[in-house]
Amino acid sequence: MVAVNITINGKKISKDIQDNTLLSDFLRENLSLTGTHIGCDTSQCGACTIHLNGNSVKSCTTLVADCEGGEITTIEGLSKNGKMHQMQESFKKHHGLQCGFCTPGMVMSAIDLLEKKKNPSEQEIRDWLEGNICRCTGYQGIVAAVKDAASKM
Amino acid sequence: MANLVGSKVERKEDKRFLTGKGQYTADINLVHQTYACFVRSPHARAKINKIDIAKASSAPGVVKILTGDDLAKDKIGGLIAGWKIVSQDGKDMKVPPHPPLAKDSVNYVGDHVAIVIAETLEQAKNAAELVNVSYKIQKAVVKTEDAMNSDAIYEGIDRNLCFDFLLGDKGKTDEALSKADKVVKLDLINNRLIPNAMEPRASIGDYNPSSEQLTLYTTNQNPHLTRLVLSAFNAIAPEHKFRVVAPDVGGGFGSKIYPYAEDAVVAWASKKIERPVKWVAERSESFLSDCHGRDHITHVELGIKNDGKMTALKVETIANIGAYASLFATVTPTYLYAPLVIGLYDIPVASCNVKAVFTNTAPVDAYRGAGRPEAAFLIERIVTEGAKEIGMDQAEFRKKNFINKFPHQQCLIHNIDSGDYAAHLDKALEVGDYKNFENRRTQSAKKGKLRGIGFSTYIEACGIAPSAVVMSIGAGVGLWESAEVRFNATGNVSVFTGAHSHGQGHETTFAQIVGDRLGVAIENIDVIHGDTDKGPFGMGTYGSRSLAVGGTAIAKACDKIIEKGKKVAAHMLEGKPEDIEFKAGEFVLKNSNKKKTIGEIAFACYLPGQYGEIKSPLPTGVEPGLKETAFYDPVNFSFPAGTHICEVEVDQDTGETKVAKYTAVDDFGTIINPMIVEGQVYGGLAQGIGQALYENGHYDESGQLTTASYMDYTMPRADNFPQFKLDFTTTPATSNPLGAKGCGEAGAIAAPPAVMNAVIDAVGTDVSMPATAEKVWNALKKKGTKKVAA
Repeated sequence: MVAVNITINGKKISKDIQDNTLLSDFLRENLSLTGTHIGCDTSQCGACTIHLNGNSVKSCTTLVADCEGGEITTIEGLSKNGKMHQMQESFKKHHGLQCGFCTPGMVMSAIDLLEKKKNPSEQEIRDWLEGNICRCTGYQGIVAAVKDAASKM
Repeated sequence: MANLVGSKVERKEDKRFLTGKGQYTADINLVHQTYACFVRSPHARAKINKIDIAKASSAPGVVKILTGDDLAKDKIGGLIAGWKIVSQDGKDMKVPPHPPLAKDSVNYVGDHVAIVIAETLEQAKNAAELVNVSYKIQKAVVKTEDAMNSDAIYEGIDRNLCFDFLLGDKGKTDEALSKADKVVKLDLINNRLIPNAMEPRASIGDYNPSSEQLTLYTTNQNPHLTRLVLSAFNAIAPEHKFRVVAPDVGGGFGSKIYPYAEDAVVAWASKKIERPVKWVAERSESFLSDCHGRDHITHVELGIKNDGKMTALKVETIANIGAYASLFATVTPTYLYAPLVIGLYDIPVASCNVKAVFTNTAPVDAYRGAGRPEAAFLIERIVTEGAKEIGMDQAEFRKKNFINKFPHQQCLIHNIDSGDYAAHLDKALEVGDYKNFENRRTQSAKKGKLRGIGFSTYIEACGIAPSAVVMSIGAGVGLWESAEVRFNATGNVSVFTGAHSHGQGHETTFAQIVGDRLGVAIENIDVIHGDTDKGPFGMGTYGSRSLAVGGTAIAKACDKIIEKGKKVAAHMLEGKPEDIEFKAGEFVLKNSNKKKTIGEIAFACYLPGQYGEIKSPLPTGVEPGLKETAFYDPVNFSFPAGTHICEVEVDQDTGETKVAKYTAVDDFGTIINPMIVEGQVYGGLAQGIGQALYENGHYDESGQLTTASYMDYTMPRADNFPQFKLDFTTTPATSNPLGAKGCGEAGAIAAPPAVMNAVIDAVGTDVSMPATAEKVWNALKKKGTKKVAA
């Protein structure tokens, strides 16, 4: 067992956990933050993407123990005062989601892109999202959403 | 009120998905829940000598371990093939038993051997490692082309042949081919695909010993059908004591139509241990045990006259259906495939012979398009070669052979009600700037790239399906759809549908139909699906049927509401029902200014009498309440069609192929929500391009799946695609009152031949799917193509 102190969606959490606890399992099973999805367990699909200390990270291959002292934001932590984040609004407007399963990871990844680069080109958006698989949209609405969000954020 | 139908209404379901509030099966946790891990066969084909569970049973946290023997003792039935196909010799198809847990033999890698149930998932997984299965390994039958010449996997199924199906007149086809001026021949492979919905399958069985009610939460496209099958054939629980819930489902594409072994087993196990049992697939389990798609080998011959008229088409296909005959596995390569091998062309005679074979691979069943992509691929490939042979322009050759009078009775089965094929072809030529293609080819050549163009003028049969027709050709169920429209006393509306949304946006599209029909604001309409305890029995979502069949059922239920509303309004307005007109949410008495809103009528129906100031009497003989149910059985299939034009660029040094330009012009009949329809096309295209360029389910000689992870199975990513260009033409379907034809599968059907025709045009020699960089590079090398100058 190991003691961890982390901040998740602005809330400080201190817990004793098994050393091998994965962040994705911790979020889903211990904190009921089931918006973070598990699509492959091997870091390839990106459905589990969250933000750790301002960077997008795949939580299915991150140990909670490695997040000690860290700040984590999940899809549940994006809305402020009941208002969705601009990226969420843009996804809705441009039909950037269908079944919704890859969506949380896709949104978290896309926000990180715009935080690192203000006005990415279409190719830069596509290259950045290469680590997030969507089976529904053909990425068309997603790319349009990220462009739209970039123009508004 | 503005028209909702035809508008880009933003989706009602999006907020919950975007904020992490969707509820998928894996998100559900129940009190006193246990966790399951399946012991799966590591061998493609083996006899089971013994299953030793002693050590595993005493492992920490283990609650129960169950095997095929336990299933047999409880008389739990096997999984079924839901469609009986008759061979050309008049004999019924042959199918092996498919126990949810293997009894004496395992027949593919991933086949289910035992379920280990424990207090935690980790304990279940650890104990599963301790289950000791003694196998006698046998030689696996793996390749589609070898199956009929290999050892019989099952006793009594000679040559591993499930059926030998023939549609059309082979004699007349051969005769017509012999008289043709030119006969073009092709051998084609339709590669095996692994559906890969992003949500892995999951099931939770939850038995309540008090009510004796069993609930199964599952990732499924048709909960009622799943309940019916698990009840009637597997004897899991009687239907009235069995609830199946398919909550938010993260994509299906066909792979979540079927009740799977895991569904049957966790439901049964929960009953045995009287605790909830939860199983969630790992992605590797999805690769191994979700039903796969396609896997055909086809020889096709097309007869053409010198003037460019096609005269006959002959098709010989071997379809690999894997180790067992899954629910729709037998109809997919027959009635969903064979009638459409002639595409949208007026070919007077044709035949299609399909031999379906068993192999020691995962079962193959319907995957987005189901039979229709395989048909479109062969006809659009050979038509392309035919145009080259005859020396005609690809567009002109197609146009010359299009069906151009409707309704059209084709020579195989279908009576095609409507269409205008020249219209979408012409529009695609214009939108895709066909006339300047050679300029673009030159520009590409300047960059050292080979550019090619490919056409696909496809047709599909959707709106599945008229019950009487399908049941006369072997379907085990009718394929109608149900709806219930329930006005609540306060004027808002609950709509229950038997269709199931797993990404299609029914909560929005169906609300648009109801909103326009009843004059109710869309925010006051809720569409509810996916729970057998809520709505009436329905058949679910597949075969682009939800709108054409399910949407029509909803519209009909709305019409019944209006009909009853007229009687109530007439009584309240002191007129006759035939003098009441309903428009934009109001019942108006003709030649008067007297009217009642539909909200007032609903209120009256639920509170018939004096309520404060409001007096709302019901006429004699009219029951209180305002709720109507409709079941709709379509009179025909619907026939979406379209023209897709793909341009690719091939890197001569690496063989890498990129889609440079993609134009799709589709005729889906009436469109309810253009944004959602475009999304459906985009997604279908990505899967179709994926099949053509990237995806391939591959087994090695021993039957091990070598493409069982995202490292080995190439899923299309964001950087694989350009922006697709879409447009539409419209000829409404005449087979349903909405005029809808269906749009969910079109992209996956049309894209593979469009892309492959472009690749072959660029490379100048045949390449099989998927046209990977390695294959294209080798094809270029073999051909010895002189490099275009960079």
